[in-house]
Amino acid sequence: MPLISRGFGGRRRRDVDPARVPPGQYVVDDFPVLSAGPTPRASIADWSLTIEGAVDAPRTWSWDDLQALPQETFTTDIHCVTKWSKLDTTWTGVSLDVLLGEVSTEAAYLTAWCDGDYTTNLALEDVTDGRAWIAHTFEGAPLDPEHGGPARLLVPHLYLWKSAKWVRRLTLTEDDEPGFWESVGYHNHGDPWREERYWGD
Amino acid sequence: MAPRIAWRVATVRAVVEETAHARSLVFEVPYWPGHRAGQHVDVRLTAEDGYQAERSYSIASAPEDPDVVLTVERIDDGEVSPYLTEEVRAGDQLELRGPIGGHFTWRADQGGPLLLVGGGSGLVPLMAMLRHHAAQGSDADARLLLSAGRAEDVLYRDELGRLEGAAVHITLTRGAPPGWTGWTRRVDAEMLRAVGPAPSAGARAFVCGPTPFVEAVADHLLALGHPPAAIHTERFGPTGG
Repeated sequence: MPLISRGFGGRRRRDVDPARVPPGQYVVDDFPVLSAGPTPRASIADWSLTIEGAVDAPRTWSWDDLQALPQETFTTDIHCVTKWSKLDTTWTGVSLDVLLGEVSTEAAYLTAWCDGDYTTNLALEDVTDGRAWIAHTFEGAPLDPEHGGPARLLVPHLYLWKSAKWVRRLTLTEDDEPGFWESVGYHNHGDPWREERYWGD
Repeated sequence: MAPRIAWRVATVRAVVEETAHARSLVFEVPYWPGHRAGQHVDVRLTAEDGYQAERSYSIASAPEDPDVVLTVERIDDGEVSPYLTEEVRAGDQLELRGPIGGHFTWRADQGGPLLLVGGGSGLVPLMAMLRHHAAQGSDADARLLLSAGRAEDVLYRDELGRLEGAAVHITLTRGAPPGWTGWTRRVDAEMLRAVGPAPSAGARAFVCGPTPFVEAVADHLLALGHPPAAIHTERFGPTGG
């Protein structure tokens, strides 16, 4: 039985289906920003994305290459470990299935590398079968730099720190190697529905 | 595998009115494992019908302080901060989980220089660093630049005035009292240059405040020549509550 907070009534949002809100989260209407350092501002002329590491041959896409690939527009809920969730966000991007389909690998994990040297680690099974994208458009407009533009990884079924902003490189690895937040107290996997926020959760 | 960070029942020992909109809650937390300056805790409230709300708050107290102090600013349309700033009183109990966060932290043995730039209640985790600096008698070069609205909005005003061993600079962006000789404009590159230290000194910078403030300050620091890896940021949005 949790401790009752004397005099706390709470303010439930009647416009939100509680079944869509993971434990410990609350729904926001704006789009808060969370980053460990300054916002990098890359131009699309210089932008590229590389898949490398445990692959037959590394593969690099320029901005135009990425745009020439099949695009998906989808609506999903996103959940930040700092407890806000945002429902029905609409993104456009390229499925990681498309990009990973162009390399051959035996790897089971990847590390996403970003401008600003941020990293995060993911199991390949969490980013395949239509569960992850390189997203460049949010609500019909180019993604703002503070939200990860020109392009970010988007893995909406995990806490949002896994959806690395300003992504530039995916290194496939045979072993799981903790990334930036995963090395300083945050959970290695980050499933919001299992409330995998911190080490030991 | 690290042990799970447990929810702990914390008892409010005292409530300190900091400004018209903010209070500090002084908690006694049994078996508190200790924290590093800059870390935060999760707070969980439970209504009588079992409904729960959680938020994260920065720790204001130094690691040397036996109590855990949170300073909470009221967000008018918020859900949790009005409760914490208006309803909670000494003797109340609530649940805390922490400490959390290992990036936006500073320990005295890491040395200086230390450049702390806070906007409004973004001062809170920086204050934990300044209190830690003072408690350790650190001789690290420590400088604070605080941007606040009016003089009466400045958290820990008296304590900042008494701080020894750290340089405190304040800019008041919504009106200064008579006789104020400090800055009255938003933080800009010129102000940051005046506060220093020069990028060549190799300072660790910690910037905390609302998102537009942090974005602007971090950009100015980059433009002045501070390396990106030396600039630690923590942002809070208009949301929170």
